[in-house]
Amino acid sequence: LSLILSSSLCLCYAVNSEDVRCKCICPPYKDHSGQIYNKNVSQKDCDCLHVVEPMPVPGPDVEAYCLRCECKYEERSSVTIKVTIIIYLSILGLLLLYMVYLTLVEPILKRRLFGHSQLIQSDEDIGDHQPFANAHDVLARSRSRANVLNKVEYAQQRWKLQVQEQRKSVFDRHVVLS
Amino acid sequence: LDNTALHEFTDILVFLLHADPNMVNAGDMNGSGNLMDFLDEPFPDVGTYEDFHTIDWLREKSRDTDRHRKITSKSKESIWEFIKSLLDAWSGWVVMLLIGLLAGTLAGVIDLAVDWMTDLKEGVCLSAFWYSHEQCCWTSNETTFDDRDKCPQWQKWSELLVSQSEGASAYILNYFLYIMWALCFAFLAVSLVRVFAPYACGSGIPEIKTILSGFIIRGYLGKWTLLIKTVTLVLVVSSGLSLGKEGPLVHVACCCGNFFSSLFSKYSKNEGKRREVLSAAAAAGVSVAFGAPIGGVLFSLEEVSYYFPLKTLWRSFFAALVAAFTLRSINPFGNSRLVLFYVEYHTPWYMAELFPFILLGVFGGLWGTLFIRCNIAWCRRRKTTRLGKYPVLEVIVITAITAIIAYPNPYTRRSTSELISELFNDCGALESSQLCDYINDPNMTRPVDDIPDRPAGPGVYTAMWQLALALVFKIVITIFTFGMKIPSGLFIPSMAVGAMAGRMVGIGVEQLAYHHHDWIIFRNWCRPGADCVTPGLYAMVGAAACLGGVTRMTVSLVVIMFELTGGLEYIVPLMAAAVTSKWVADAFGKEGIYEAHIHLNGYPFLDVKDEFTHRTLATDVMRPRRGEAPLSVLTQDSMTVEDVETLIKETDYNGFPVVVSKDSERLIGFAQRRELILAIKNARQRQDGVVSNSIVYFTEDPPELPPNSPHPLKLRRILNLSPFTVTDHTPMETVVDIFRKLGLRQCLVTRSGRLLGIITKKDVLRHMAQMANQDPESIMFN
Repeated sequence: LSLILSSSLCLCYAVNSEDVRCKCICPPYKDHSGQIYNKNVSQKDCDCLHVVEPMPVPGPDVEAYCLRCECKYEERSSVTIKVTIIIYLSILGLLLLYMVYLTLVEPILKRRLFGHSQLIQSDEDIGDHQPFANAHDVLARSRSRANVLNKVEYAQQRWKLQVQEQRKSVFDRHVVLS
Repeated sequence: LDNTALHEFTDILVFLLHADPNMVNAGDMNGSGNLMDFLDEPFPDVGTYEDFHTIDWLREKSRDTDRHRKITSKSKESIWEFIKSLLDAWSGWVVMLLIGLLAGTLAGVIDLAVDWMTDLKEGVCLSAFWYSHEQCCWTSNETTFDDRDKCPQWQKWSELLVSQSEGASAYILNYFLYIMWALCFAFLAVSLVRVFAPYACGSGIPEIKTILSGFIIRGYLGKWTLLIKTVTLVLVVSSGLSLGKEGPLVHVACCCGNFFSSLFSKYSKNEGKRREVLSAAAAAGVSVAFGAPIGGVLFSLEEVSYYFPLKTLWRSFFAALVAAFTLRSINPFGNSRLVLFYVEYHTPWYMAELFPFILLGVFGGLWGTLFIRCNIAWCRRRKTTRLGKYPVLEVIVITAITAIIAYPNPYTRRSTSELISELFNDCGALESSQLCDYINDPNMTRPVDDIPDRPAGPGVYTAMWQLALALVFKIVITIFTFGMKIPSGLFIPSMAVGAMAGRMVGIGVEQLAYHHHDWIIFRNWCRPGADCVTPGLYAMVGAAACLGGVTRMTVSLVVIMFELTGGLEYIVPLMAAAVTSKWVADAFGKEGIYEAHIHLNGYPFLDVKDEFTHRTLATDVMRPRRGEAPLSVLTQDSMTVEDVETLIKETDYNGFPVVVSKDSERLIGFAQRRELILAIKNARQRQDGVVSNSIVYFTEDPPELPPNSPHPLKLRRILNLSPFTVTDHTPMETVVDIFRKLGLRQCLVTRSGRLLGIITKKDVLRHMAQMANQDPESIMFN
């Protein structure tokens, strides 16, 4: 969170020279078709006379032509866009990896680790193929040892129980958020 | 790293990733005693609440006053205490600042990501893949007047894959890939919601309304819900589904509010104070969703909050301000695009145009009623039949249908915000879209923004029937989309429906005025050659009418609309449409969409807008009724620990009144179930000599006991000595008012000092439902 905040706050002031432009839109006039002109000028120079080059109409018509054109000064921060999209994609990628791990990899690992011993399943979990189905028994096993790595796993199992409860309320019993 | 540092680091990691500090233990206390042993947690504090229960507002308020008094009295002791008291006073403002910063940042990230991913369905930018279509062609010189988005760096998928950009095969390939991308995004979104945070689905506003009225839903405003809601919101909006991001952004902002308030003990330990923060956070959410800070504060006041004292008004104002400021500074587009649907015209409107505006209001009200009825019926079907067993399949099917029908019509292919933006804008000489294909007078020499009414060209007629098709499609598909198991908002689709209807009416009136300017209704104000009718204004009015018809907002709607468009001249038409649509919609049903969803879910929400006009008395509603078992009470000093435990195990009431004795049922106070359980468990473990035969007493001094009796247990500290009581002849009107204004959970009924019965909030809600001929069994929670 602080990463996003700090990077965005200090990068929004880094203005690339490519990131400013003056855009003039000129509608069709007499037999000239409509045109769009872009030029990299400062804000005070952002008007028809500085930007529209080469001028398509001869001298006396320039004023009438320019009256119809609309010029706008635009700027953007390409660095902000790049950083934001890359951060978002990396968070999405991490979540997808974690999801694949939780739903596919972890049950296979647990089954191999605990081998042929029957997984203790309570009444509610019989036939429960949802993720986190064996959170209960993992909690029982891990209660004996108490060290740092176990704290994380312990908290993770507790979180899984919470999510399972939420899933039951929302998806199965349709009690909340129907 | 030494061991303690490692443990601390792990604690922080655990806190950030997995632990929800508010989630103490799920499930009922009685049945899952094994669960609690498994989890091996320390006993939760006396004074916290169980999941899906209502808080006691009065108790929270008095606890906060106690805390404040303690800090104030201690602040005179030393400089350090004084500084602590100052910090405590400022902590509210610090929380608002943090909420505004985080909400603004998240909204900025969501906006940018949606921009990019929406365009990803159609093509990709070759020079830098993170640019959306418009950004990619920003520096190119090959854009033309007619095709402002064409440039060689951005290529559609058909160009990239088979090097063809025109023709039937290119169209089919683009179509196919559009549908594939939409399905991919939607499938990812619903899987993430299902696996990580099931509470992240839906709009969030009905549940937040209920939470703010005093209900507890643990985990609804948690960290994982925040993360998943943000990530999946981008995915579903980009997939082209007919939903918006405003409601979910309110939920996201409230999650931020919950997160920051858990860092300060002033808010984390007091549920009442926390809801003040959440009200302000909701205002910040709407502020960043629309770029409308004042509208956000008014929305929080009118729609979301339950109690809104003046202090919360100030705090919401500040939070909305900080959020809007943060969004502005992150905004990568400099000074442009701050106002979402900025309109650049200021043409006046005429009194005669009020008639079509009121017609649009009627349309908005009718559509609102239709939408609410159909959506609730569909959601009820989802809740009760087999349809609800296949949420992932449902999302995929709806996305497929939406993508298949939306692609051919150019008005539904692009994102809904762009559509609304185009519909709101007037056709000057510089527009080249089909909607502005009017027949221009070649000799015309007027300046750019005062073009008179012109006859419609063929492009306009094509646009009209395409808009009509898009309108019908949007009306139908939004009914099925809102309420699916993905984050979904309602504001933008309703505004789109209204804008399309309004624009069509506006073009109709414009053409009518042009071709028949000698009719009486047009003669006074519309001369030939003048610019009388602005169809963009009709689109704005239509959008306001439809949004008002669905949500029944009034003041906040008008403020949001003119903050969205910058059109301050048009406040009166907007107000006329909002009022008309509310009247028409209220004629068919009193509930807006959010109240209807609260009703559907059975949340215990006592609406302040409901009026109770029946002449029933408290005796008619109280429990126990005639023929029921007598009230379960505790006595002052004649029950043993075992008796109390049996009573708790046999019943499932939330609390028990304490009387002097079974003969004289004079009321002493009220004890909560949860606190009794905790206190007894605590006493059994910690205090010596407390056994099953110990007497439980609630008085100051222990009662007279025979010698050799076990040590008695004093439970006075958990007793509420001032429970609310009414007499049995109190009219229910007054009782409902008391429940609403004070936020009570239960109220005791006495006659001449003797306890007769109890009325809980659930009883009140059931009674109101019964009086309104609805199903009283639909109230599910306590």
